[in-house]
Amino acid sequence: MTASSITPNPRDQRIARAAVIRPDHSRVVRVGFIPLLDIAVLVAAEEQGFAAREGISLQLIKDVSWANIRDRLAFHQFDVAHMLAPMTVASCLGLGSNPSPTLAPFVLGRGGNAITLSVGLYRDMQALAGLGGSEDALTNARALAQVIAARRKAGQRPLVFAMTYPFSSHNYEFRYFMAAAGIDPDRDVTMTVVPPPLTADAMAAGAIDGFCVNAPWNMIAVERGVGRVVAVKADIWPAAPEKVLGVRPDWAESQPETLSRLIVALDAAAKWCDVPENRPTLAEMLAQPAYVGGSSALIGSLLTDRLLVDPDGTLRDIPNYLTFHGEAANFPWVSEALWLYSQMARWGQASLTPDGIDRAASAYRPDLYRHALAGSSTPLPIADRKVEGSAVPIEIATTAGPMALRAAPFLDGRAFEPDRIVDYVAGFPVANPTAGSGSHDPL
Amino acid sequence: MFDGYLSFLPGLAWFLLALHVHAERARTDGSPMKPNAIRVVVVDDNALRAAILVDGLREAGIDGVEVIETSTQLVRRLAAIDPDVIIIDLENPSRDMLEQMFQVSRVVSRPVAMFVDQSDQSMIRAAVDAGVSAYIVDGLKKERVKAIVDMAISRFEAFDRLQRELLEARSELADRKVIDRAKGILMRSRNLSEEEAYALLRQAAMNEKRRIADIAQSLVTAAGLLGK
Repeated sequence: MTASSITPNPRDQRIARAAVIRPDHSRVVRVGFIPLLDIAVLVAAEEQGFAAREGISLQLIKDVSWANIRDRLAFHQFDVAHMLAPMTVASCLGLGSNPSPTLAPFVLGRGGNAITLSVGLYRDMQALAGLGGSEDALTNARALAQVIAARRKAGQRPLVFAMTYPFSSHNYEFRYFMAAAGIDPDRDVTMTVVPPPLTADAMAAGAIDGFCVNAPWNMIAVERGVGRVVAVKADIWPAAPEKVLGVRPDWAESQPETLSRLIVALDAAAKWCDVPENRPTLAEMLAQPAYVGGSSALIGSLLTDRLLVDPDGTLRDIPNYLTFHGEAANFPWVSEALWLYSQMARWGQASLTPDGIDRAASAYRPDLYRHALAGSSTPLPIADRKVEGSAVPIEIATTAGPMALRAAPFLDGRAFEPDRIVDYVAGFPVANPTAGSGSHDPL
Repeated sequence: MFDGYLSFLPGLAWFLLALHVHAERARTDGSPMKPNAIRVVVVDDNALRAAILVDGLREAGIDGVEVIETSTQLVRRLAAIDPDVIIIDLENPSRDMLEQMFQVSRVVSRPVAMFVDQSDQSMIRAAVDAGVSAYIVDGLKKERVKAIVDMAISRFEAFDRLQRELLEARSELADRKVIDRAKGILMRSRNLSEEEAYALLRQAAMNEKRRIADIAQSLVTAAGLLGK
């Protein structure tokens, strides 16, 4: 990887800091994004002056598809982009169309995803499994498995479930959810892609029976009376990374100072986004048509960790539904890149090889993160890897001393030790490592 | 009084389109391609732009062209048609559906190469710049692919030009409308002739270093507020 030559250099660091004093040195950074709530850090960086403070200006450019984000970044229409974390890992593994290596030096946020099933399907689950409405995600998944078995016996068509992109946390989380209850997502249901803004419509039209997507689209489907949330990201993997800052290696190499300033600005913006008192302002900003659009009341409610899960009015409080800065949220843990690779291998998108492990790990760049934030008040983790999905709180070493991380177990309770990735993938009761990726009959 | 002109705009669009198609024909007639059985699907919700592209492809001797609109049936329809080439506009969110489709080996009966020919980065770049993307079935001859993608790029660019010209024509008409209204207000309220009213507007625009249409708009807005 060409950009591996960018190594932390204390002298560069001093130069970068000193330059901050000269605000006349303004640089424009073109940032591609998809309208989802986790663009918050990017929007706050520009709108609240954190970027300007670093002598840069963000030109935020809205797009409609992740494939466009990938290609427009590759062909220099964007300098950096709001990206699905697995896209960067897939790009370094050479997967998908037009793979162009992309680095992740900064995680833009955690949380926000949810799995929404059609109200009709959920009512079937209630009838069959006696659900009252306050069950946990695993119980819901098992009820779904019962309905799927009953449908098969009755000769009904397989359920159709949607996510937003083949290399997305949504794909892996939806599959994880189903597989934890013994459902084979490649055999028992049909997986397809529906763009986020079309999810509620597709569900209302009966074209899909469920979807996994980021905020605010789950709550929009519930508000429209068509969807029922049965699991959120926090149920499947509480600390899961969601979107990252995607950077082209040649840009990182040729603009190291701008990249550092950008990371400093994003760090400050992320800290600002996490302050509860700032959330109403953040909701107002995100509701602007140029960003996510829609109702600032609905966005505001999501930002206060309160999710309407059923059209009957059932609310669910999800602590840290969207996390932007706390618990080293922005740190690109290499172990997370490897976990994403483990899921690509589990579902046959990639084969598990030593070379693949190196390539997947190369997508995440904690060195660039530390380089930019060296000497700041933000605690910087010392290690690049940790055990993911620990069932007990863990303590990590940072530049500001030990930091406690809450327990963040996976839905099925299996923890991921990055050094034992082969055993980990082999240990899933439901997996399709040779499926040739994806699913059978689509829509 | 310019309302009448506005209703001519769709006609104007077709006229410009016809001119453009004519010019393209003249350009491509020199090297006609033999008709053959290549199947091309155009996924574009913009019917006018799709028509421009289909016309170009037929000119180039490709008759098996089908336009499909975005719908939840997109993947099923593509699987039924089993095209050699899929051309999709970049404004179309359904592009991510295609990405998934190519991840799923059993959907299409033949192996699908990804995004045009990966070795030809300049062609992909030109396509992305023009706002179009193409997916090609593996094994299709390189020259054929290039001709089709080049056609898509040139037609998309032509459509873009057409849109810009239309937009300019429209804003010019809007300018003239607002200037006429401002003149009318000045003529009534200050008892001026049409030429005097226009001269006054022009003088104000020069003094304030603004466009006459902007001055006229301010005047119309102010008059509205004052109930004149």
